[in-house]
Amino acid sequence: MTEPTQTQPDANRTVLVLLDPATEVRSSVLELFTLARTLGRVEAVTLEAPTVEVLAQLGAYGVETVHQAELPTSALAPAGGGDARHLPGVVGAALAAAVRHTDADVVLAPASFAAKEAAALAAHALGAGLVIDAASVGTDDDGRLVAGKRVFAGAWDTRCAVTADVAVLTVRANAVVPEPAPAAVATEVEGFAVDLGGAAPLPTLVERTPKVREAGRPTLEEAALVVAGGRGTGGDFGPVEDFADALGAAVGASRDAVFEGWFDRYIGQTGVTIAPRLYVGAGISGAPHHRGGMQASQVIVAVNSDPEAPIFEICDFAVVGDLGDVLPQAAAAIRAHKNGSQEA
Amino acid sequence: MRIVVTVKYVPDINADRRFDGCRVDRDPSVGTLNELDENALEAALRIFDGLPDDEREGSEVVALTMAPAEGDVALRKAFQMGVDRGVRVTDDALAGSDYFGTAAALAAAVRRLEAEAPVDLVITGMAALDGLGSVVPALLAAELGRPALTLAKKVDLDGGTLSITRETDEAAETLTALLPAVLSVADTANTPRMPNFKLIMAARTKQVEAWSAADLGLDASAVGDTGARTEALSAAARPPRPEVELVADKGAGGTALAEYLIRNELV
Repeated sequence: MTEPTQTQPDANRTVLVLLDPATEVRSSVLELFTLARTLGRVEAVTLEAPTVEVLAQLGAYGVETVHQAELPTSALAPAGGGDARHLPGVVGAALAAAVRHTDADVVLAPASFAAKEAAALAAHALGAGLVIDAASVGTDDDGRLVAGKRVFAGAWDTRCAVTADVAVLTVRANAVVPEPAPAAVATEVEGFAVDLGGAAPLPTLVERTPKVREAGRPTLEEAALVVAGGRGTGGDFGPVEDFADALGAAVGASRDAVFEGWFDRYIGQTGVTIAPRLYVGAGISGAPHHRGGMQASQVIVAVNSDPEAPIFEICDFAVVGDLGDVLPQAAAAIRAHKNGSQEA
Repeated sequence: MRIVVTVKYVPDINADRRFDGCRVDRDPSVGTLNELDENALEAALRIFDGLPDDEREGSEVVALTMAPAEGDVALRKAFQMGVDRGVRVTDDALAGSDYFGTAAALAAAVRRLEAEAPVDLVITGMAALDGLGSVVPALLAAELGRPALTLAKKVDLDGGTLSITRETDEAAETLTALLPAVLSVADTANTPRMPNFKLIMAARTKQVEAWSAADLGLDASAVGDTGARTEALSAAARPPRPEVELVADKGAGGTALAEYLIRNELV
């Protein structure tokens, strides 16, 4: 009852997916393409030229057209220096211009803070309806977009319908499993002009240092498996990282652990919000802040030496014990299992 | 220097938060100031405290909320931290506002304050802990036609130039804007002050100014349920998780964990 109606794709519905940056296609964006195909015809919007590899991937996912924004030089080489094209104000204006250019009905964007702002500014400019962090998207009998959300730290499911002509949605990672289209298509790149004159004045970008993605480990936002460490690690993330690598999981932390300087990114309602297939919390008590960022995970596992830790209340499986003993033993058993499966 | 800090009255995240129909149940017994707004209040008060004596004259920090009358709880907390004035926008016509209705109403209240004297800076928290949309700051800036510096980790004000650093998912950024501007601060930006006895006593006598939609010249068809571009269809509590499978580690806890993951096809 809480899921939107299963949707038949409508060939007359154009769905634009935000692809920013366009130098790689993240799994969260592959999910958006997969979801978009259930709604209608899929096209992408970029702020820069997609690479050859990216175009091949878009074709495999059924993206017929890429609309590449042609930005004024003030955005590309602003007075303050730096490339301002990824600022939410610029991305939002480009999305709005793309909708007007293509007469699109739906915009899908990932759930990063920057994409949320861009989506909101686009919807503001268009008079569109806005849904932030949808966990499911479908349509109702009248063809309206219907989105499901999981709120209050995963304790409630809500549904809403977009009543405006255009729907703009940010979609949470792991909402669907990415799947290539049944048949690949040839992807065309077309330019469209973006005028930044109508929007609020942009801030000046003085400096921008892109983050280097950790090679060999999935990103926290997008991973299907996540292992997180907290205060109970005492600052030693070695067992957490080794166990994550045995599983092929991303690594995260609690806010406490980040405030202590033990790790750089925290899972929580104001940090990274995740909903992976598996979450393992090690040495994490499960304060409301942290639960707000992970409680929508499908399977929740905890390892904690405190039998009264609140995280046990929301777990599927838990070990009461020292993570320094439990995680290495589990990592060894998982590696043995994986090796065994390969030989078999 | 006049600074407006937008604050929200939300259910305490430690309480059993619920929906009443399709609306958030705003049970006053668990209603409180959105914790993330304390970082916004702290940022405003630090800027105020840093002003030279001659500039403090005529300067003020105003806390602004859109809420039913119970929302004064949030403004009282702001008074206790040291803000000078509290304004509450209350109107039945505003109930059910979406992100855009909320931003329009807050912007109209800022413009009314602006009619008294210029407002240099609007500061918000990074999100409200009930909705967690994080988009009202950018929308408020768009409504006001001002630059938005959002999710600041570090804030510097030098004369009329506001400068922030922030970490997005993609990059570390340094941004600047000339005042007037809209600023949102991350929960890592500062540690909010604890109210002291003197401020708590002073807060007791402060009056909240209540404004209606008509006071702000708001078009009632553009806000509230009527103006919303999304329609809430349902809200349902999820079923409780099945009982946890709890294993005490007596030397084989790790093996049990691995077996659980393998059994559930998570490896």
